[in-house]
Amino acid sequence: MRFGLNRIDRVGVVVALIAAYGLVAPFALFRANRIVQGEGRSLFSALPPSLGAILLVLSAIAIVMALLRLPLFLKLLASLVMLAVLAFAIGNAAGFLTPEGNNYARVSPGSGFWLLSAAFALLATDCLARLRPPPWMRIAILTAIIAAIAFVLASGLWDGLSILKEYSSRADTFWLEAGRHVTLALGSLAVAAVVGIPLGILCHRVEPARSAILNLLNIVQTIPSIALFGILIGPLSWVAANVPGAADLGIRGIGMAPAFLALFLYSLLPMVANTVGGLAGVPAEANDAARGVGMTDRQRLTQVELPLAFPVILTGIRIVLVQNIGLATIAALIGGGGFGVFVFQGLGQTAMDLVLLGAVPTVTMAFAAAVILDAIVELVAPANAGSGTGRKEATA
Amino acid sequence: MRVGLSFLIRLAVLLALATFLARPEWFASLLRPLTENGAPPVYVQASLLSLTISHLLMVFAATIASTLVAVGLAILVTRESGREFLPLSRSLVNIGQTFPPVAVLALAVPMLGFGTWPTLIALFLYGLLPIFENTLTGLTTLPGPVMEAARGTGMTGWQRLIKVELPLAFPLILGGIRLSIVISLATATIGSTVAARTLGEVIIAGLQSNNLAFILQGGVVVAALAVLIYDTLVFAERLAAQRTGLNRTA
Repeated sequence: MRFGLNRIDRVGVVVALIAAYGLVAPFALFRANRIVQGEGRSLFSALPPSLGAILLVLSAIAIVMALLRLPLFLKLLASLVMLAVLAFAIGNAAGFLTPEGNNYARVSPGSGFWLLSAAFALLATDCLARLRPPPWMRIAILTAIIAAIAFVLASGLWDGLSILKEYSSRADTFWLEAGRHVTLALGSLAVAAVVGIPLGILCHRVEPARSAILNLLNIVQTIPSIALFGILIGPLSWVAANVPGAADLGIRGIGMAPAFLALFLYSLLPMVANTVGGLAGVPAEANDAARGVGMTDRQRLTQVELPLAFPVILTGIRIVLVQNIGLATIAALIGGGGFGVFVFQGLGQTAMDLVLLGAVPTVTMAFAAAVILDAIVELVAPANAGSGTGRKEATA
Repeated sequence: MRVGLSFLIRLAVLLALATFLARPEWFASLLRPLTENGAPPVYVQASLLSLTISHLLMVFAATIASTLVAVGLAILVTRESGREFLPLSRSLVNIGQTFPPVAVLALAVPMLGFGTWPTLIALFLYGLLPIFENTLTGLTTLPGPVMEAARGTGMTGWQRLIKVELPLAFPLILGGIRLSIVISLATATIGSTVAARTLGEVIIAGLQSNNLAFILQGGVVVAALAVLIYDTLVFAERLAAQRTGLNRTA
């Protein structure tokens, strides 16, 4: 048997290069207080020697495994083990680097930690992409990973890290803003679905309405989010001041109301466009058969067209949800709350850990929403129907 | 006649935009009702024209870089030697799309500091995805008979790529570039939260001083630019698609 280049996995080469660089780059950053520049600490100065050695050896083994053409589940296992080891090590680095009784010093993950994590996350992603697990398995894997992260957070292992120090000093606001973020993202999605799906049906049935409505919604999408959020302040303050009872309902010029309305407006295009696309994709034979058995228009809509168009409509919901979770961060600029509060406060104070406190949950939520809804779309879609239908355009 | 009308509307939008950028003070009386307590109706801290140019330069620079990298990557993963990277690159593109622009921007700041660079990087990263996805679709859905014929005439892999595959995929690549530019035009405004010189500056000044006129002029200029560029590229795509003779759209 020839031990040649063809035994080497090419993705593994990329993983190995990133991981090797990660091993020599600073593993953790130490700062005397929360806003000064950090000093990098290498693997062996950031960790107790024994732990540093273990991490080095395990990384070397995982890198070799990544390079060889081994069974994919074995590589997946190796990458997950490495991610767990890294999670443990960085928590340990915080305790090791922070001087006893010093409340100002901050320890955060350095580029070495991020590169190692990225390398093994890349390996895990590659294995999952090649293994193509069925939808329910993907949801199960996601749930397991989230549970593991929740467990680490609850165990207090990471409590010494800078981002969690930012969290502990504002735990109450964190959950308040989290609630607002979810309300904004999910609430506007719900309203957009209630309005958008009937509007899509209307567009499908009434030809002249279609281009007018879709063109209008397309133009709404081109308005930059920070401007749309701002523009809505005007009309809503007018409503709050002049419509009796509106102010009592919480409608105000600034705050959540304009943010909610802006997200709703951005959500309409994907909802309407995908409803139209889904209904247009219903095979003519299905409609003919439905008419043949004497169904009324309404029966045909609810019993034939909508069920067949459902996967495409669901794709629209997926696009809207992921987009809304990201866009809701902008709400903070007009006092609407959400995780953006921490991002923009952090940018203002040049406190990057505070930025991360806002950005990490946002990215995690968007990612989880995408995985879950992709899996659901695949579950409801009839076999071998492409899931790539519909528009995947993001708005900023 | 309908084509003529929509063309005239766009021409009017373009003229109005150009006039506003060159002589914003002419529109002062129009914008004054939107301000309160005698606040200035037109942004004067910086010239709107120079902000627009800086905005567009940033978007174009980022898009050119994203196009080169995304098309290069898509070519790489569709060659025999790079096929191993195809599943991974597909997943990465999907994951990348879930990253909110604000998060990308905010996360770039620690590495690059405030100003133009984090915005350029965010625009570059965000612009990669649609171009990569479309180029990949273009290169993986080429009609079999055409590829057979190219092989049959003895073209090398390189010749097939340059003379057959890329020209046929061109309309789709252009579609990706269009999506990328429209997204970037809007994302660049958020760049002003990290002190990049874009039209977002005007909008943010409006948000901070509660001046609706500023918010509106910043927002409308960006939206008008986006609509005009979008339509121009749709037109270019149609021309390109007609030349390939294949009926595929993004």
